[in-house]
Amino acid sequence: MIPTIPRSRSFRVLYGGYVLLFFLYLALPLTVVAVFAFNDSQFPSLPWEGFTWNWFFGEDRPQIGVFHERGILRSVGTSAFVATCVAVLSVSVGTTNAFLFNRYDFRGKGALYVLMLLPLVIPGIVLGISILVFSSTLANGIWNAAQVDIQALRPGLLLVILGQFSFITTIATLVITARLQKFDRTLEEAALNLGATRLTAVRTITIPFLMPAMVGAVVVAFLMSFENFNTTLMLVGSDAPLTIAMFDRLKEGSTPLLNAVSLLLMLGSSLLALVVILFQRR
Amino acid sequence: MRAETRIGFILLLTPLLLWLGLLIVIPHIDMLMISLRERISFGVYEPSLMQYDKALTEPLYLRTFWRTAVMSVLATGITLLIAFPVAYYIAKMARGRLQQVLFMLCLIPFYVSELVRTFGWMILLRETGLISNLLQWAGLADQPVEMLYNDAAMMVGLVYTSMLFMVVPLVTTLESLDNSVVEAGYDLGGNGLSVLREIIIPHAMPGIVSGCIVVFMLSLGNYLTPTMLGGKDSLWFTEMIYNQFIVRSNWELGAAFGFMLLVLSSVIVWGMLRLTGRTLQETMG
Repeated sequence: MIPTIPRSRSFRVLYGGYVLLFFLYLALPLTVVAVFAFNDSQFPSLPWEGFTWNWFFGEDRPQIGVFHERGILRSVGTSAFVATCVAVLSVSVGTTNAFLFNRYDFRGKGALYVLMLLPLVIPGIVLGISILVFSSTLANGIWNAAQVDIQALRPGLLLVILGQFSFITTIATLVITARLQKFDRTLEEAALNLGATRLTAVRTITIPFLMPAMVGAVVVAFLMSFENFNTTLMLVGSDAPLTIAMFDRLKEGSTPLLNAVSLLLMLGSSLLALVVILFQRR
Repeated sequence: MRAETRIGFILLLTPLLLWLGLLIVIPHIDMLMISLRERISFGVYEPSLMQYDKALTEPLYLRTFWRTAVMSVLATGITLLIAFPVAYYIAKMARGRLQQVLFMLCLIPFYVSELVRTFGWMILLRETGLISNLLQWAGLADQPVEMLYNDAAMMVGLVYTSMLFMVVPLVTTLESLDNSVVEAGYDLGGNGLSVLREIIIPHAMPGIVSGCIVVFMLSLGNYLTPTMLGGKDSLWFTEMIYNQFIVRSNWELGAAFGFMLLVLSSVIVWGMLRLTGRTLQETMG
């Protein structure tokens, strides 16, 4: 079953056909979503009523396009704000984690490392409710003790950010640790020999070396936050990020507006993914 | 440790401890505590096992719990069966540019929101959807066919959503398999099947385990696919958690459900690791 071992023609055709079928299966739902963004109809389904840009640029009912739909635009802004906060937070903590696990030996290091991996194997919805429960315990405790109501601890953007941060940090840590392990420590020692302080050595030698991984982690964290649903669903308050806003509309019945939003999402995330690949190849 | 190193150590340890303590460990302990109490009257609670008693004696809850577990295992198995030949093709059969392109194609849906993927399947499968129309056009059906809202549709969605997390680790481990080892297998008189069983699959085991763990976790914790594609009677456990928390505001029972889901996923992940003699560190890190 490797190219150097001859195989019958029918086996090769069958195998090739299977792989082709697989990629069709992979592409089909996304293609359909993209194509129906241009259907001049109230519903994202057949019959095909002709091509239109209205679901992007339309200004009048019933075909209000994405760029004139206030609710959707606001939720995109909310998502972008949340994703930026999550990316900055999780990459910062991810970097310090990487240095800690790479540079120091201490008692309980192994246990702490396993604990650090755990958020990957906790279902997102459980992470969400545990944070919801704890923050409300805190808020109630503060209210009982001092009669102060801290709104930030109630469902809302702060909790959404913390909820996503709680598991995206693990991914950022893994990405950055992988690169830090390839770092040649003698470079840092050379800098120290040349009279640099430890902090200067890290800042001028190690951090630039880590940069590709850190940028990669920022983009991955941003994308993961943008598309997160499960954890966000449990912690969301009145400001809904895009995925939640779209879910609410989908429940009420869908129009090609959702296709248009989805297509833009696909384009946006592919573009970001491409940026990372180009950046890392450099 | 020298004083300077010590300060550095503490500065690096603090964010880790704050993150894990405040967002992972303490919240889960708090969730457990809440699940272990009973509401007597407004603001008055008493420790009790009532929530678990309710969860384990009410047939609907218990049925949903097991159903979610079984369906998730099933989804994991199907995903593995579909993904393995594809991963093998990408890692061993395709060459050069084609290999890179195929691998990239696998990654693209990963960057697309789960909601969009589910939405795509809804457009395809629903009564007025593409496949129903196609069947009518081909004369295979004389009226619209509803393919949404049943277990098969849900399974298609679950497998689709987690496919990438199976393909990627499989490709990575299969790429590291030396072609000459496979050739040696054939030279020693093996056929396709015995080479697959005794050389390829054992070599791919690390990828199989990590792929299965991730896919199982994603299916178990999935909320969107079962709610949007599954039928009215096909409740998913995450849906019940959501309903208890947000719709009924019964946090005590919801927390008990959440804890049960956590235990279920931990037990199965632990079991898979034990079965294959691997650690979480090797599999995830």
